[in-house]
Amino acid sequence: MSELILRLNAQAKSSVLSIQEYFTLAWNSLRFIFARPFYTQDVIQQMDEIGVKSLGIVLLTGLFTGMVLALQSSVQLQTFGASMYLGRLVAGSMIRELGPVLAGLMVAGRVGSGIAAQLGSMKVTEQIDALNTLGTDPIKKLATPRVLAALIMVPVLTIINDLVGIFGGNIIARFMVGLPTSLYWRTVWEQIASGGFTFRYIPNDFVQGLTKPLVFGAIISITACFFGLRTTGGTEGVGSATTKTVVTSSILILIVDYFLTQLLLSVLQSP
Amino acid sequence: MKENVRRRDDRTTGHVREAIRKELAADRSGEVDTPETKPADGRPIIELQDVSLAFDVPIIENISLTAKESETIAIVGESGTGKSTILKLMLRLLLPDRGCVLIGGEDITHLSFEEALKVRQKMGMVFQGAALFDSLTVFENVAYPVREHTDLREDEIEERVRQKLQLVDLEPDEVVDKLPSELSGGMRKRVGIARGMANDPEVMLYDEPTSGLDPLTTGTIARLILKLQRELGVTSIVVSHDIRSVFRMATRVALLHDHHIVFSGTPEEMSAAEDPYIRDFLGGA
Repeated sequence: MSELILRLNAQAKSSVLSIQEYFTLAWNSLRFIFARPFYTQDVIQQMDEIGVKSLGIVLLTGLFTGMVLALQSSVQLQTFGASMYLGRLVAGSMIRELGPVLAGLMVAGRVGSGIAAQLGSMKVTEQIDALNTLGTDPIKKLATPRVLAALIMVPVLTIINDLVGIFGGNIIARFMVGLPTSLYWRTVWEQIASGGFTFRYIPNDFVQGLTKPLVFGAIISITACFFGLRTTGGTEGVGSATTKTVVTSSILILIVDYFLTQLLLSVLQSP
Repeated sequence: MKENVRRRDDRTTGHVREAIRKELAADRSGEVDTPETKPADGRPIIELQDVSLAFDVPIIENISLTAKESETIAIVGESGTGKSTILKLMLRLLLPDRGCVLIGGEDITHLSFEEALKVRQKMGMVFQGAALFDSLTVFENVAYPVREHTDLREDEIEERVRQKLQLVDLEPDEVVDKLPSELSGGMRKRVGIARGMANDPEVMLYDEPTSGLDPLTTGTIARLILKLQRELGVTSIVVSHDIRSVFRMATRVALLHDHHIVFSGTPEEMSAAEDPYIRDFLGGA
């Protein structure tokens, strides 16, 4: 019995220590964005890796999500004779929810796993130790450029995802529901305007739709760096770090999305 | 029966020790360049004072070791006795549970992470697997510490990189554009040494510099380390299993056993030692 308690105690201590290390890494990664030396070249390279190379997968996800959303909704809306509101429904769902979450999940799968595998390999082949011995802080050199690039590129990918998704809805509205394109886009704008504005000109839907990917970008990159930098146990450890990164960041995205939505809805009350 | 086995073991150990003595004698006669094995009387560069470290189980206990200017100290011992741990303590990649680690007279155990990074710039480290950055070319690997810690112009950096590659007997034009994956094990080690030497450190640390190499390349790397010590006078700490190379390179040898240093002396003193563990260790080497 006492052995069980000791084991549980050790497990609890280890978990608390891991959470502490996660937040320390997050704080240092963000703090070093404003500290010299700036690894600008590394940031640009990571923006290419995270943003440009994820474009294909995000375009496909956005297009087909928008199309299937319009297709499913049109059946329901036709029942009530409300097909003209298809644009509102697709735009609201894509900008506020599906765009950020799907882009986040796609980036977590493609980029998060890549970062964890790369840093994990560097860890097990002593390249992280080599950086340390060469007088370079590995967090500043490796984590900060990735976190900064994700903070910039995940919102950009989300905007593209939203646009392509709404365009996909337009295709279904025009060719399968028979809704005029002008009416579709007018209802899209009505949806955006109906949510109210922040600082008079920024639609609240945009604030909500861009706050989320910013947070998701931080979650994906920090989680990937966290598991990558603490990899042990050779190639098996690298595989394990990759899996943990994708699972943890995906779950965190879904949980944080709920609380963030509640927070943003209470802060951005429509007039 | 047991007596016969013991006698045979003693004979084997004796043969190996005799071979080492002959090799050392040949080296001294000028066949191969060897370090001075007189005790160095320079200032202490690295000092470990009663250092202990444990991860659940003890790794090292009450270790004291001093490396003076231009000395080459080899740390030898069985696998898992904490040899590489000592290097990590010297670099402050690990902190001791007890004791002090002094670099140039400064206790590094109390330094902040940022201060420790500055201390590490005085040291060069060569890793067991070379630990070259696999996404960078040879040129970028060797230039990395120069770019990080100096304000040299690009042409000066290139000159420095070429000079360091020549120092480790590599032809710069042939290797600068290659990736680490395109190099042989021996070449990777040499590039690792060139990178470690890039900013002319006061101290070089070598973790198993000859492991995994064929005998010819092993000899080349050992001679190279010796050459760097002779030409540049850097203080070197070498962790190795390879007794032959160690005896060629080291001015002093420290033998780790059971978490402690059980022997510290010149290679000649070690080969002449009558201690049964040392005899076994050399016999099995």
